[in-house]
Amino acid sequence: MMSSLGQPQSVLLLGGSSEIGLAIVDRYLAAGALRVVLAGRPSDRLTAAAERLATAGATVEVLPFDATELRSHGELVTRAFAGGDIDVAVLAFGVLGDQATAERELALAMEVVQTNYAAAVSVGLLVSQAMRAQGHGALVVLSSVAGERPRRSNFLYGSTKAGLDAFATGLGDSLLGSGVHVLVVRPGFVRGRMTEHLEPAPLSTTPEAVAVAVLAALRSQKQTVWVPGSLRFVMSALRHLPRPLFRRLPL
Amino acid sequence: MSDRRLLAGWGRTSPTSARLLPVGTAEDVSLAVQAAGPRGLVARGLGRSYGDAAQDAGGVVLDMTTLCRVHSFDHETGVVEADAGLSLHALMGMSLHEGWFVPVTPGTRFVTLGGAVAADIHGKNHHVDGSFGQHVLELSLVTADGGERRLSPADDLFWATVGGMGLTGVVTRVRLQLRAVETSRVTVDTERAADLDDVMDRMVRGDADYTYSVAWVDLLARGRATGRGVLTRGRHSRRDELPASADPLSFAPRASLRVPPIVPGGLLRRSTVAAFNEVWFRKAPRAARGQVQGLAGFFHPLDGVAGWNNVYGPRGFVQYQLVVPEKGVDAVRTAVTLLSAARTPSFLTVLKRFGPGNRGPLSFPMAGWTLALDLPTGVPGLAAVLDRLDELVLAAGGRVYLAKDARLPREHLPAMYPRLPEWRAVRDRVDPHHVFTSDLSRRLSL
Repeated sequence: MMSSLGQPQSVLLLGGSSEIGLAIVDRYLAAGALRVVLAGRPSDRLTAAAERLATAGATVEVLPFDATELRSHGELVTRAFAGGDIDVAVLAFGVLGDQATAERELALAMEVVQTNYAAAVSVGLLVSQAMRAQGHGALVVLSSVAGERPRRSNFLYGSTKAGLDAFATGLGDSLLGSGVHVLVVRPGFVRGRMTEHLEPAPLSTTPEAVAVAVLAALRSQKQTVWVPGSLRFVMSALRHLPRPLFRRLPL
Repeated sequence: MSDRRLLAGWGRTSPTSARLLPVGTAEDVSLAVQAAGPRGLVARGLGRSYGDAAQDAGGVVLDMTTLCRVHSFDHETGVVEADAGLSLHALMGMSLHEGWFVPVTPGTRFVTLGGAVAADIHGKNHHVDGSFGQHVLELSLVTADGGERRLSPADDLFWATVGGMGLTGVVTRVRLQLRAVETSRVTVDTERAADLDDVMDRMVRGDADYTYSVAWVDLLARGRATGRGVLTRGRHSRRDELPASADPLSFAPRASLRVPPIVPGGLLRRSTVAAFNEVWFRKAPRAARGQVQGLAGFFHPLDGVAGWNNVYGPRGFVQYQLVVPEKGVDAVRTAVTLLSAARTPSFLTVLKRFGPGNRGPLSFPMAGWTLALDLPTGVPGLAAVLDRLDELVLAAGGRVYLAKDARLPREHLPAMYPRLPEWRAVRDRVDPHHVFTSDLSRRLSL
């Protein structure tokens, strides 16, 4: 159960080696005892994350999870909730995909769509049903500012995040009064593994900063959080720029 | 699932959803218990527990307030038998003009008899009269098998139920010994105390002379005034202390104010609480003796403001109540110094000396000192401050009050309640599959 001061007893991380997801787990673990379920594609990184969390005192369970295998999601979510209530679930899997390659190779484009949108909808619905049944829980969905207005250089990724953002926002509204809280997180450029080959954009942030913002937003029952917070106003302005002008921006 | 309701404690933190089922008879309770699903069931009275004791996420919550008949009331002996959903407010309304007052009352009249048993509530008279369970002559309990049992203080299940947070079964009836009073007034002495040592010293020296004793402490006072406070102590007024024309047993309290359900957060911040505390301290007489007050004003000042918990805004507040044994008294001093230094804006900080505890393995009171705080959840660093208080309380051999808790880490429970195994043995005998479940029991693995 979530404590009155917003400390959970269990966290499910979907995308078990996600840097932002693990940063969220780390912060909760620093504040109290925690049961962690890491669901992710088996890898050295996932194993290392599980070992590190266990050493830090967490009770860790690892579940193999391939987001693109939509048919496996039902069983995965059942297993994730089998060990007891899940207080916070973080939907943190996703791929960036190289825009130029994806425009040429349909398979790559569809993989980005499958992972970032279709799989997220599938797992998001299953987790929200399980939380509705247990009568409480928080679902954190990692969206992106890239979904706010698609850019020429990154519109495939942007379009999947736009879809995910719309889905999660609507899901949150549909769950009002059910005891289940959906938080949509819109980070800007996050400096990390996913973006190490890219030049940081203005107002870039870090996984740790996103985690801090997520914890604060969950505590105060917010439904949307921008990281950094100033992006909300920047994007609000960008959203209203005329298209010919927006296209010419070096974004 | 459309019949689900969001339920929270009085502190309004951590709401969860459950099916809320009103019950009118013990048979209703029995049927509901037998039909309880995998998420279990718990009884809920008037929802005055601050934390998560009367909610059961995904399960069934019985609304007991519709089970509220009075079955018998003996005007000669003051013994009353009533359904568990009856409130102390309704009970007083009936009994007081016959010269009978409840044996123990908390800071609000709006608690049910069943809740009073389950939390084994205490009041300002704990140092002389003990807690609520000690005045219960018999009670009826619907257990996990659906049967209704009659229990007396000779049964270990009786004492597992007193303070058992509703986890041994559903209390359906209570037979209670009331206290004889000549009037519905209290004769009160008020004193200001310059600092915490002064407050405690006056309590140690004078409490035995009073039926009721409590001190309000200013947690935002600093330096030499750290822990300054106002003691209010009293006893029931005698008939001859009232003017001849007065109706000695009149009782007609009214809620004159109402806080709307939507108040912006942050109204209670350090500056406003500090200002309130200053006024509260200054307005108290340096020393006043023999002031005659109404019962409601003395015992239940906040009942005059309906929905006062809304003042804390949408994020709610937490209560933290600790008790430490006499030998651990330094923990109270350390706690006050710590809270003072952290500038935590608690405005209803109450200090009291408890008398001995009772046989209930999960009953909260023990001989020593109890300190209760209420704090807006938004205070920066609050979680860490309360974690440190836990450590202090543990080191001093004390505990926190489960009826107010919604944050205690579960690993602290066995040390705070050393008789937990004894309680579990009784509970597991009558409810092996843990039909009776609440968010509190789930959070603490009770």
